[in-house]
Amino acid sequence: MDIKNAISEQRPSYIGHNPAWAALLSVVPGLGQLYNRRWIKGVLLLVFGLSLIYTLSVPLFNGIVGLIGLGDDPELDDSRTLLVQGILSVILTVILLGLYALNVNDAYRDAKKRQAGIRTPSVRQAFHDSWEHGFPYFVVIPNFIMMALIVIFPLLFMISLAFTNYNLYNSPPAHLLDWVGFANFKALFTEAVWSKSLLSVLAWTVVWTLVATTLQITLAFFLAVMINDSRVRFKKLIRTVFILPWAVPSFMTVLVFAAMFNDNFGAINRDIFSHFGVMIPWLSDPLWARIAIIGIQVWLGFPYVFTLITGVLQSISKDWYEAADVDGGSRWKKFRYITMPHVLYATAPLLIMQYSQNFNNFNLIYLFNKGGPPVSGQNSGATDILISWVYSLTFNENNYKMAAAISIIMGIVVAAFAFYQFRRTRSFREEDMY
Amino acid sequence: MRSALEVSGIYVVVLIMFAVILYPLVWAFSMSLNPGTSLFALKLIPDNWSLEHYRWLFTNPRSDYALWYKNTLIVAFANGIASVCLVTILAYAFSRFRFVGRKNSIYTFLLLQMFPVLMGMVAIYLLLNTVNLLDTFTGLILIYVFGGLPMNVFLVKGYLDTIPRDLDESAKMDGAGYMTIFFRILIPLAKPIVAVVALFTFMAPFFDFLTPRIIIRSPEKFTLALGLYNFINDKFANNFTIFAAGTILIALPIATVFLLLQRYLISGLADGATKG
Repeated sequence: MDIKNAISEQRPSYIGHNPAWAALLSVVPGLGQLYNRRWIKGVLLLVFGLSLIYTLSVPLFNGIVGLIGLGDDPELDDSRTLLVQGILSVILTVILLGLYALNVNDAYRDAKKRQAGIRTPSVRQAFHDSWEHGFPYFVVIPNFIMMALIVIFPLLFMISLAFTNYNLYNSPPAHLLDWVGFANFKALFTEAVWSKSLLSVLAWTVVWTLVATTLQITLAFFLAVMINDSRVRFKKLIRTVFILPWAVPSFMTVLVFAAMFNDNFGAINRDIFSHFGVMIPWLSDPLWARIAIIGIQVWLGFPYVFTLITGVLQSISKDWYEAADVDGGSRWKKFRYITMPHVLYATAPLLIMQYSQNFNNFNLIYLFNKGGPPVSGQNSGATDILISWVYSLTFNENNYKMAAAISIIMGIVVAAFAFYQFRRTRSFREEDMY
Repeated sequence: MRSALEVSGIYVVVLIMFAVILYPLVWAFSMSLNPGTSLFALKLIPDNWSLEHYRWLFTNPRSDYALWYKNTLIVAFANGIASVCLVTILAYAFSRFRFVGRKNSIYTFLLLQMFPVLMGMVAIYLLLNTVNLLDTFTGLILIYVFGGLPMNVFLVKGYLDTIPRDLDESAKMDGAGYMTIFFRILIPLAKPIVAVVALFTFMAPFFDFLTPRIIIRSPEKFTLALGLYNFINDKFANNFTIFAAGTILIALPIATVFLLLQRYLISGLADGATKG
C-alpha cells in the first residue's frame, strides 16, 4: 500500500479528471473509457455495446410487451410462445443490465485511479490480468447462463403460469391466455374440492416425509452401529448385502414391489399373509397403501444412510472410547455422548437432504400406485404427495394453472425449510474459513 | 456369556435384514426365469427354469430391448463425462477462488438443487420445442447435465474444501498455473468424490423414466427405463415376467459397478460430509 502511495505521489495527478463525468459518459458504453483515454477498450466497448443495443433492443422490447399482453389474436399469437419469449427476454435484459452496470462501474473506477495517478494497464496487460483474476468468472458465468435456461427459466415459467388461466379448456393455440392475478390461489383455498385435497395432500406429505425419512435414518443408524461392533465377523459380506437396495435401480425395484403388493396376485399376500388367512388390500385401501409405501421407502433408503454413517463411524478416533473406558462410562453413555454427536454433526446436511428428497420422492409414489387409491370428494389420491399431485394435474388433467399454483406453495415450503436448516449447519457458518 | 448372546442377537438381526433385502430381489429373479407370462400362476421356485424371456428380449422382432440399451448407454456416457468435467471445474472455482458473487452463487446452487426438475417440465418441454431439441438425445443430455449440476457441484466443493490449500499454494510458488494445479493436484486427490459423481451421473439415465418420457417421442429413441415402463404399463400382469428379465439385465451390471466402487462411495460421501 505504501509503495502504491509513493508511486502515485511521484506522478502528476490528472486534476480535473472527474470520475463522475466518466461514469456519466459511459451511459453510452465506451465513451467513459474513451474519456479515460483508454482508446482500444473504449472503441471495442462502443462497437460491441451499440451493436448489442441495435440488434437486441427491438426483440427484447417486443418480448416484454408480449409477456404483458399475452397476445391479441388467437389466430396469430400463441400465448405460450409469447410467455417463453417474454421470460427469456426478461432474463436476457437482466443480464445485459448487469453488464451495463459493470461498464459504468469500470469507467468510474478507472477514472478514479487515473485521478489518483495510478497508471492504468494496457489492453494486453488487462487481458493477462483478467485470465489471472477472471478465471472463476470464465468458469462460472457460462454455466450460470445454461443453468438460467434449464433450471431458473422453467421455474419462472411455472411461477407465471400460476397467475394465468391455462387449463384444458382454455389452452393455446385455440385460445389466448390471460393474467388472472391471485384467482388460482383463491380457488385453491376457498373452493371445497381444492381446499380439501390440498389439506389432505399437505398433511400426508408432511407425515410421509417425517415418518419415512426418520425411520430409514433410525434403522440405518442402528444397523451401522451394530455391524461396526468389533465382535461381528463377515463385515464385508454384511455391508455388501446391505448396500444392495441402493445398488439396484429404484425404478425397477418399485415396480417389482408394485407387483408383489398387488391385492390379488401379489407375492406378499400369497406367500406370507395367506398363511394367516388374511388378504390385505395393499393398493386399494388408503391406510394400507400408505403403510406399504413407507415400508418400501425404508427398504430403498436405508442403505445410503447406512453407508454414510458407517464411513463416519470408522473415522471416529478410538481414543475417545478408551478415554471413556478409563472414566468407566457405560455403553449407552459412550453411544450417547461420543457416537451420536459425532455422526449427527458430520452427516447433518446430508440427512436433511434425505428429508427434502423424500418430500420430492415422485418416483416411488407414482410408480407404486400412481398416487392412488382415489378418494371421493377430492381430486388427489390417498398416497399423493405434493409433487405427484402436481404431476397428475399437469400431465393427466392438463390443469396447468392449478398445478403451477401448488408448485409455488411447494417451492416455498422446500426453500424456507432448507435455507433455515442449512444456515444453521456448521458447514455453512465455517464456510469462509478457507 | 453375555457377549456371546449379544453377538448372536446381532446375527439374528442381520439374518432378518438379509431376508427382507433379498426377498424382492430373488422374487424378481425367479419371475424372470419362470416360463409363461401370467403372474397368477407363478411360484417363487419355478418347476422348470427357462431363459425364454431373456431370449425373447434380444431375438423377438417386437422387442427393442437392445436398441434401448444402446440409447441408454449413449446418454449415460455423455452425461457422465460432461457432468464430471463441468462439475469439477465449477467446484474448483467455488472452492479455491474468492470472487464477487461467490457466496450468492453458492446460495443459488443450494437453493436450486432443492427444486425438483419435475416442477419445470412443462417449461422445459416448450423450451426444447422452441430450439428444436425435443425428441433428441442432445436435449435429454442437456437437461440431465444441468439439472444435476447444483447438487453435484455442492458435493465436490465440500470435498475440495477438505484438501489443504497449502498444496496448491506451494505448487503456485513452483510456477504451476490454475489448470496444472487443477489437473495435477486436486483431481488426483479428489478421486473418491469424482468417482461418486461419475457413477451417479452415469446411472441417472438408467433410473429415470420421467425426463425421457417428456422429452423423447419416437420409440427408436427410448431409453431403457422409458421403454420398460411403457412396456409394463400397458399390460401389467401379462408382461411382468419379460419385464423382470429386462430389469435383471440392467440391475446386474449397475449393481456390480456399484459394489466394486463402494470403497470410493463410502470415503467420498463420508469425507465430503464430515468436513464439507
